[in-house]
Amino acid sequence: MIEIRDLKKIYRVGDVDVHALRGVDLSVERGEFVSVIGPSGSGKSTLFHILGGLTPPTSGSVHINGRDILGMSEAQRTELRKTTVGFVFQKYNLLPTLTAAGNIAIARDIAGRSQEPDPQFDEMLKELGIEGRLQHKPRALSGGEQQRVAIARALVNHPAILLADEPTGNLDTENSIAVLNLLQDLNVHHGQTILMITHNPDAAAYGRRSVHMRDGRIVD
Amino acid sequence: MGIGVAVTMILTLVGVSHGMLEDVAARSRGTGADIMVRPPGSSIIGFSGSNMPEKVVAIVRQTPHVTLATGSFMQSIGNLESIAGIHPDEFNAMSGGFRYLSGGPFGAKNDVVVDEVYARSKGVQVGDTVDLGLPWRVTGIVEPGKLSRMFAPIEYLQDQYSSLGKVSVIWVKVDDPAHIQAAIDSLTQELTGYQIYSMDAYISLISVNNIPLLKRFIAVIIGLAVIVGFMFVFLSMYTAVLERTREIGILKALGASPGYILNILIREAIVLAVAGTIAGILMTYGTRSLMGVFVPTMTTIIVYEWWPYAAMIALVGSLVGALYPGLKAAHQDAIEALSYD
Repeated sequence: MIEIRDLKKIYRVGDVDVHALRGVDLSVERGEFVSVIGPSGSGKSTLFHILGGLTPPTSGSVHINGRDILGMSEAQRTELRKTTVGFVFQKYNLLPTLTAAGNIAIARDIAGRSQEPDPQFDEMLKELGIEGRLQHKPRALSGGEQQRVAIARALVNHPAILLADEPTGNLDTENSIAVLNLLQDLNVHHGQTILMITHNPDAAAYGRRSVHMRDGRIVD
Repeated sequence: MGIGVAVTMILTLVGVSHGMLEDVAARSRGTGADIMVRPPGSSIIGFSGSNMPEKVVAIVRQTPHVTLATGSFMQSIGNLESIAGIHPDEFNAMSGGFRYLSGGPFGAKNDVVVDEVYARSKGVQVGDTVDLGLPWRVTGIVEPGKLSRMFAPIEYLQDQYSSLGKVSVIWVKVDDPAHIQAAIDSLTQELTGYQIYSMDAYISLISVNNIPLLKRFIAVIIGLAVIVGFMFVFLSMYTAVLERTREIGILKALGASPGYILNILIREAIVLAVAGTIAGILMTYGTRSLMGVFVPTMTTIIVYEWWPYAAMIALVGSLVGALYPGLKAAHQDAIEALSYD
């Protein structure tokens, strides 16, 4: 599903080259739940951005479902985000002017699937426990509810990979556990491939496998 | 709000321009005349400044079909206002007479009669002395709508402004409206070079398009309104895009293409333009009411024909204003956008 070989990313900050990734190798099979754990500055967010097609790599190869991100144009990476990857962010990143239902609907609209009925997703909404909160705007939802709406939005187009960047970083312990259990259920019961970035070992333990990053490399 | 203000500015200025001219036309119609005679080389607006010998009135009276003719001497007193020097009996016979709201006709030579609009705007009452270049005593306040807002005895006015025996315009009434053209033809033969109009023809000439200076003035004002409106829309859209940088980043992360984002911004600009136009039209009614209270002599009307033009100006301004920040936003880097607070 994901094959990463000798992935490097160099940012230019002023006159200085910042080596964010220094040769990452990683394989993720379909249906895996992999936690990427590491301290700040270890390069895990850069890895997340490259896998999500938000930024291009400098060198190496990243194959997702057999397609190499390295040679992709901006339009192709936009297509990747639309069809293959779902994002869950630490800050939820819901659109504040739309209701929870609107936030989910706009993701379907962007993918051009707004008219299609989706019983499988409707079932998933029940599991997420936000059925009764769909007509509320984000400001009327708790952090846990907002993150569950964000997960629903990420899954509405049935992406091959769910990328979660510190999904419990803004939540209290109770809500963190609820969200992590939810991700685990999605993986176990729906076979959703998940790559979760975290600096919290307890959260990382919910994954089936953990990889550690430091200084732009995977160390174990 | 800014689009509304720009639309209000355009519609109010157009309304004032048209209203002032319509007021002049209505007051000219209020004289009751069928034909007017102006001196050679005179302007179609502003009766003061160009005069002709009063003896021309006698020539006019002898013209076939003419039943009444009276001369008026118009003296400008600044601010687009004029005092009309009239022969009260002749003028009343022509116009049907003044309807006095208070006081009565002038008796002494420095008496003046003013209309209700002027009295209200200046806070003048019967018995007050007003300074209109000369001190005048107000003897009566009349209903508006007949030639001028101020009336004085013609001989005294002519004398005070060194124009004894001169009139600015001759008002003519004919025996039958069907004979107006015949009377004009006779007068044209008799009075070579004089400007002779039927009242219908004269009123049709009083329009923005027939007054080049006013046409240019309105073009400049509308141009300024368009620039101000455009700048406002541009800056509001630019600010809106900046404030929504994070939202645009979210849309990009969800796979929205630049076209999708641009589409949203353009649709918002259209909604903004439509709402601004509606608000602007409503506010125009407000400005008309306010001007009626605070500047009653400046007649403002609602010019419905200009609503589509104002709407188009708002729409084009909004769309062009949205295009630059829209394109910038649509091509923004998603990671930078997502980290924007």
